[in-house]
Amino acid sequence: MSASLYSQKVIDHFSNPRNMGTLDNADGVGEVGNITCGDIMRIYIKVDKDGDTERIGDIRFQTFGCGAAVATSSIITEMVKGMTLEESMNITNKDVAEALDGLPPVKMHCSNLAADALKAAINDYRQRQNSKE
Amino acid sequence: MRSVYLDHAATTPVHPEVIAAMLPYFNPTFGNASSVHGFGRQGRMAIDNARDTLAKALGAQANEIYFTSGGTESDNIALRGVAAAMADKGRHIITTSIEHHAILNTCAHLAKQGFEITYLPVDADGLVDPEDVKAAIRPDTILISIGHANNEMGAIQPLAEIGAIAKEHGVYLHTDAVQSFGTLPIDVNELQVDLLSLSGHKIYGPKGIGALYVRRGTRVRPIMFGGGQERKLRPGTENVAGIVGLAKAVELAMAEREERVKEMTRLRDKLIDGLLAVPHVTLNGHREKRLPGNVNISVKYVEGESLILSLDLRGIAVSSGSACTSGSLEPSHVLIAMGLDHLQAHGSLRLTLGRDTTDEDIDYVLEVFPEVVERLRSMSPLYNRLEREEEK
Repeated sequence: MSASLYSQKVIDHFSNPRNMGTLDNADGVGEVGNITCGDIMRIYIKVDKDGDTERIGDIRFQTFGCGAAVATSSIITEMVKGMTLEESMNITNKDVAEALDGLPPVKMHCSNLAADALKAAINDYRQRQNSKE
Repeated sequence: MRSVYLDHAATTPVHPEVIAAMLPYFNPTFGNASSVHGFGRQGRMAIDNARDTLAKALGAQANEIYFTSGGTESDNIALRGVAAAMADKGRHIITTSIEHHAILNTCAHLAKQGFEITYLPVDADGLVDPEDVKAAIRPDTILISIGHANNEMGAIQPLAEIGAIAKEHGVYLHTDAVQSFGTLPIDVNELQVDLLSLSGHKIYGPKGIGALYVRRGTRVRPIMFGGGQERKLRPGTENVAGIVGLAKAVELAMAEREERVKEMTRLRDKLIDGLLAVPHVTLNGHREKRLPGNVNISVKYVEGESLILSLDLRGIAVSSGSACTSGSLEPSHVLIAMGLDHLQAHGSLRLTLGRDTTDEDIDYVLEVFPEVVERLRSMSPLYNRLEREEEK
């Protein structure tokens, strides 16, 4: 899989990933993927509460995987920063691929997991909230 | 930006002398070698000379050489051709779990047709134990097919020992020598092989041409039907320019082989030493019993395709056994057969040197590689986990 099979946007996000790293005291952490298929993504979120509205205040990712896996993780952090949790939950893996001007067909299933990782992080946050109550 | 090609096991550039030798056979010497007239006779003569060159390089007779379209076709004729000719004697074939897909998928096809295939294991260095070959032979075994040197991690198999066993038991031995031919010394009588596949484009020849050596008297049937070319074993108008190009590439490879191998081995060892200096990097395959141009490593906590991509963006062309590069969801069957876990297999990187590789190329790779690995590890949740565990 050479660079030429990926869009310029994928290469850009792979070369200069946005919001890469971890968050101390994250409100939610989500991890998807497994080592057998070769992609593992972890997303950390910080949630800002304004009355009843909960927004993604800050977000970071860590990814073990191919170029597509890194790029999808990177771009989703840009897409959802400042968004409400409800809106974020509606983002699909397909939306993420489209934001990158598409992915090679073989990558659509195995490496396009960023929306799943985000959902897992939000669910983790909600579970922690429930256990507090 | 510097451009460094270290993927010679995938393919090689065509040598300028090969191109020059081929050109006349597109035009004006374009005749069909089967034609009676002068145009045809010139083509026939070129093919005859090429056959002599290949025979000489293998220690074979000219009438034991058959030109094909490449390694895959040669492997198909060898396996399916022997299977068809020998089915009345037996239906058992022995191969290994680390063969090229041209062998493995042909075996899978034969298995569907009622042949029984034994896949021998390899050790942690990727080597086949000749004792395992001996133990696997049954009264109904008709063929053993074991690659001379592996395309992924370069392990060189003890083929002469296996050849002696095959001969002792009266079983045909086929070897795919696509990776080793032109680099390792090959004499079909010393190795005691009955069939041998080789390819042009791995040795600075053109793509789309290869050959199959078939020892005289070996029972093998064609898998394609047509005219009488290549004594009916491989019908179809001969690719004269390709055949001439292959022969020229063989001639050049034989002339410079010893010198080239010495220099490639030196550069390979320099590259291995430099790569292994990076933490959590391990060598796959035997340190010495490997092709002079092959380096295969596992870079822990990093995925292979992202490594390839990062190196590509810095002008370095290499390959990997990661699932992401295989087009399937499975990592390299070769590395898994050697006992590597999924993390090691996904993080594998193959760098294969060629006749043009220089010290400067290796220096550049060794300068870029640690930076790339550090960057990818800083992204990896797995590396983070390890660091945390070590801190505890």
